[in-house]
Amino acid sequence: MSGKTLYDKLWESHLVKQRDDGTALIYIDRQLIHEVTSPQAFEGLRLTSRKPWRADANLATPDHNIPTTKAERSRGLDGIVDPVSRIQVRTLADNCREFGITELDMDDIRQGIVHVVGPEQGATLPGMTIVCGDSHTSTHGALGALAHGIGTSEVEHVMATQCLIQKKMRNMLIRVDGKLNPGVTAKDIVLAIIGEIGTAGGTGYTIEFGGEAVRSLSMEGRMTICNMAIEAGARAGLIAVDQTTIDYIKGRPMAPQGELFTRAAEFWKTLVSDADAHFDRVVVLDAADIIPQVTWGTSPEMVAPVTGVVPDPDQEKDPSRADNIRQALKYMGLKPGTAIKDIQLDVVFIGSCTNSRIEDLRAAAAVVKGRKVASTIELAMVVPGSGLVKQQAEAEGLDKIFTDAGLEWREPGCSMCLAMNADQLPAGKHCASTSNRNFEGRQGFGGRTHLVSPAMAAAAAIHGHFVDVRDILLEPARA
Amino acid sequence: MKAFTVHTGLAMPLDRANVDTDFIIPKQFLKSIKRSGFGINLFDEHRYLDKGEPDSDNSQRPLNKDFVLNQPRYTGASVLLARENFGCGSSREHAPWALDDYGFRVVIAPSFADIFFNNCFKNGILPIVLDKEVVDALFKEVNAAEGYTLIVDLPAQSITRPDGSVIHFEVDAFRKHCLLNGLDDIGLTLEDADAIKAFESQWREKSPWYFTAA
Repeated sequence: MSGKTLYDKLWESHLVKQRDDGTALIYIDRQLIHEVTSPQAFEGLRLTSRKPWRADANLATPDHNIPTTKAERSRGLDGIVDPVSRIQVRTLADNCREFGITELDMDDIRQGIVHVVGPEQGATLPGMTIVCGDSHTSTHGALGALAHGIGTSEVEHVMATQCLIQKKMRNMLIRVDGKLNPGVTAKDIVLAIIGEIGTAGGTGYTIEFGGEAVRSLSMEGRMTICNMAIEAGARAGLIAVDQTTIDYIKGRPMAPQGELFTRAAEFWKTLVSDADAHFDRVVVLDAADIIPQVTWGTSPEMVAPVTGVVPDPDQEKDPSRADNIRQALKYMGLKPGTAIKDIQLDVVFIGSCTNSRIEDLRAAAAVVKGRKVASTIELAMVVPGSGLVKQQAEAEGLDKIFTDAGLEWREPGCSMCLAMNADQLPAGKHCASTSNRNFEGRQGFGGRTHLVSPAMAAAAAIHGHFVDVRDILLEPARA
Repeated sequence: MKAFTVHTGLAMPLDRANVDTDFIIPKQFLKSIKRSGFGINLFDEHRYLDKGEPDSDNSQRPLNKDFVLNQPRYTGASVLLARENFGCGSSREHAPWALDDYGFRVVIAPSFADIFFNNCFKNGILPIVLDKEVVDALFKEVNAAEGYTLIVDLPAQSITRPDGSVIHFEVDAFRKHCLLNGLDDIGLTLEDADAIKAFESQWREKSPWYFTAA
């Protein structure tokens, strides 16, 4: 009999009951809650007079809908200009109070994007099962936790029962062997993976990411990769626990401390796939082949290396794929054969649960330091993932580097990644964005998104079009 | 949840792969704290020519006449015929809420995104996976014949075409049971409350570090 995958281990350790029909009840250790997908779940509890099974397993913070300008944020809840958004943020606060759930509210320094806040606070721990009414919950798999995005009915179900009804997924291993080239980041790895397997390639699987290139990433980089597992179709992504994971967790406020931490860490070290574990599918990439990636279309799989060109639908043999390319190019206003480096940009967005952690901001700052945003760029903004990321960045002087270069420095939230608040990409404008989705209208009605790494977005801000960040990094450093 | 047994409805083709949840319901409508009223904004960015807002008077907005939903022959459609990877993207349950609120009870596609697929069952919508070749044939037929109506029989797991021919489909037994009876998942799970409590107490014993309060 072959060994177990990390996913097998996490599944088995949380199995409450296997039903005859193939579904199972899985115990959930942590639920993260935000303002958009929770109001109807709380309302459901009220209507049925149900109480949370374990209120202390939940942690809430508003992120999707809240403003990021100082003007609006400095006046608290009442300062939110959009009345519909204000009601939603207020409803979260009211619901958390009513049901005894801890909320890091919009005035709390710890507030931020749920997927940044969870790991940062130590609310995300290896070996946990984690859910949130947000598809990018896969992020937390970077810490060796089994983390799923769920719908609002399931949010209510987990609140009321501490369990999720699930069917076991199949196991996929994506191994990125060898060392990354300088200037190539976690974002480029995951975009290259999605380019390889497609946006439905991981449907029905839990994907474990491994190999030397993944193992050598920081926790921030690992979170970027697992974050986008869902863009490859997989509800959950995973990375095995190692010393990097344990060092990251140590000392975080909601993590176990002292002797309990030592005991936990011993257990966490077992959270790796066995050497003889069976994976239903294995995909292998060579890190040396990966160069900075840029999406040109309206699906994350529509991606090319920065040295490449926009594809020609007439060269595509599969007619339905050719149609997809045509539709995408029409929406994006791009012609086949255009060099990626010739795509002119109007807006630059650095932020989102994919790329708004301190390492991301450092990478972007390193590129813009001592330089100026191109005059053709109408808006370049940096939105830190949490109040604590913001504080750390300011302590390092990154805010000053950004503002000196002409980028706006904002308050934490999801912002222009999904444009539920006022941060919207205008119609027809091209945006270099460090977020995770380039769907039609995602960043704003008619907006045209190009997904890239923070360093690539920063370089694009300086030049007004895409450039190979590796060329910039080779230039002598500026004061 | 409302029960689903047998549904007879007009089919509408949405000939586009990778229809994402932003396509189904754009983000500005997610600010609602209610579960209903999303149908008028289903496929908003394609159905209307302008950008909609939660407070828009939709009756005054310019319609995109080319979009399939606005074609008179599909008025009252309740069976959506779709392409690969339907419902990809966000976990927003507003997507099935919008489909349901508009009146769609069945979505047929060669493949679905996992979270969306799951969310459908929680809202009385039946998502059906059929082979690509079968879906291709249905697209051809629905385009060719006005008033193309399908009978979707969940107990029999069958779809009957206008010509009387029958297509069989697969559905997970537990989901079928819940949908047929309109069962509330939570009530069902709470029947296992003792098993959950027993699991929880051994897990707390074994891994106390997961039980420190957030």
